[in-house]
Amino acid sequence: MTSATTSYDGESSTTGMGHVVQPGAIDVSHRAILYVNGVTVSFDGFKALNDLSFAIDAGELRCVIGPNGAGKTTMMDVITGKTRPDVGNVFLGQTLELTQMTEYEIARLGIGRKFQKPSVLENHTVFENLELAMKGPKSVWATLFHRRDSAQEDRIRDMLGRIDLANRMNDLAGLLSHGQKQWLEIGMLLMQDPQILLLDEPAAGMSDEETARTGELLLSLEGKHSIVVVEHDMDFVASIARKVTVLHEGRVLAEGAMDKVQNDERVIEVYLGR
Amino acid sequence: MGPLSRRVFELYGARGWAGIGVFAVLVFVVVPVMRLVVPDGSFLHLSDYYVLLFGKIMCYAMVALALDLIWGYAGILSLGHGLFFALGGYAMGMYLMREIGNEGQYRSYLPDFMVFLDWKEFPWYWAGSEYFWLAVLKVLLVPGLLAFVFGWFAFRSRIKGVYFAIITQALTFAFMLLFFRNDTGFGGNNGFTDFKRILGFALAQPETKVTVFAVTGLFLILMLLLCRYIVTSKFGRVLAAIRDAESRIMFSGYNTRDYKLFVWTLSAVLCGIAGALYVPQVGIINPSEMSPANSIEIAIWVAVGGRGTLIGGLVGAGIVNGAKSWLTVAWPELWLFFLGALFVIVTLFLPKGVVGSNLWRRRSVATATSQGKSA
Repeated sequence: MTSATTSYDGESSTTGMGHVVQPGAIDVSHRAILYVNGVTVSFDGFKALNDLSFAIDAGELRCVIGPNGAGKTTMMDVITGKTRPDVGNVFLGQTLELTQMTEYEIARLGIGRKFQKPSVLENHTVFENLELAMKGPKSVWATLFHRRDSAQEDRIRDMLGRIDLANRMNDLAGLLSHGQKQWLEIGMLLMQDPQILLLDEPAAGMSDEETARTGELLLSLEGKHSIVVVEHDMDFVASIARKVTVLHEGRVLAEGAMDKVQNDERVIEVYLGR
Repeated sequence: MGPLSRRVFELYGARGWAGIGVFAVLVFVVVPVMRLVVPDGSFLHLSDYYVLLFGKIMCYAMVALALDLIWGYAGILSLGHGLFFALGGYAMGMYLMREIGNEGQYRSYLPDFMVFLDWKEFPWYWAGSEYFWLAVLKVLLVPGLLAFVFGWFAFRSRIKGVYFAIITQALTFAFMLLFFRNDTGFGGNNGFTDFKRILGFALAQPETKVTVFAVTGLFLILMLLLCRYIVTSKFGRVLAAIRDAESRIMFSGYNTRDYKLFVWTLSAVLCGIAGALYVPQVGIINPSEMSPANSIEIAIWVAVGGRGTLIGGLVGAGIVNGAKSWLTVAWPELWLFFLGALFVIVTLFLPKGVVGSNLWRRRSVATATSQGKSA
């Protein structure tokens, strides 16, 4: 994924940092792909996010945990353009500021989001869900005159295999089990070819076996995509996390390896101990 | 076959095309023959009354089709579609007023209502109204532009659901009040009437009536195919996704505002065409077409026929208006009770409408989005 970030053609502009960036491309020359920088969001005086800052490296799998009301979902809302912060900004790579963009612009830049409640298109078939999510021209005109080609069909079938729904491709998504819907939604995100996957409780409501398989799926994506997982299930977090960020009252309370965070006094006090 | 003609051919299955074929024979052969060829006294002769009734219902069916496109497929309920219908009607009506020439009551080239108001010349916005091609352009552009501007602000502000519906009611009501004013220059509460000719042909002639009728049928078929093309395209699947889970599809990279604006504007244009075909047949257009109740009735046609089916709109418009034309003669005072009861019964027992419910066929009603395309 980092190959698209630097370019040496004539149209590029040189920055003072000694490397060349292409307008519109995601510049991860400083390793980090996502910067959340001093973001504050308040709702009627309540600060859901309070000067929140953190960074995600390219290819990293990061878990974000925190008690209810810590600001986890609001953080995702800010990154994906659903909520505008009062203060602060969010950068994709070094150059792209997200807080002034719309949801669909951010999605097209390569940030995919899975909602807490599985959110698939229930009246569309599994195949159509993946087709609609697939990266490609998404304007009115393009979809009015769209004709599916065999390369696209192959991509969809490939993804159906990866999320284990090949035999359900012509079923309506509303008929899938809860776990299958979660996978389908992850599959939809992957069809977008995202740089960053934001997953809000991907293992919620899953059986132990499904949870384990979801963990495997996420680990297999590590390195290819940057992944941010918001999760409550500590066993699940422990099974996949390299690095954990703990949110509390809208800011970062602790950050580091899972075992280090688990033994942090403040973390135990606000979250794990309860 | 080229890709487009193959795509058109695949819009409907054998039964669908057979249905359209039967309808075409009825409109282009049976009705014209029964009206024009079969002699007057014969049992098979069709009177002007039925040609008009059938023609009116086809216009209503177009409006129902247009509403189903946005309500059934994109989840946008408009309770103001009568406005776009009326604007198309007025655009055509202006031309028909000019075609009267100086054969009005006052023997003036000005329409009677202008003479009555003691106006000496046409107001500026009547300029060019004597040209048919300009009338056609206005039929398309006036409802289209109004819908575009209205939709631009409404969808940008993310107004949806019942709030959107209420604003469309207010919009049509406001226009009705505007058109009621004599000074607006569209004939006040009498509107336009006493038309004489269209393109030089006398409207009283049976041949003219049957021609307008057949053109209406042709437009209905074309509109049905256009809407079917749209809802079976990838665009249509995005629309249904907007209806069911707008934020999901937005976070998948679709600018849902553009989609809604496009289909909303198109829907208004289709209504305008319906209105333009309606006016030469019924011979009158007045502001009552913009009354809020009229627009609500359109939604009832679609609900009765079945949302998200296209055909349902046609069937619903046919059932309700067929019943209306009979009941308002037989028991005029009962009509509104009947309409209300019909709506309640359909909502309670046939929530998917006559066509959407599995009354006649056994198949999943996953809306047409999952039908009619290759697996």
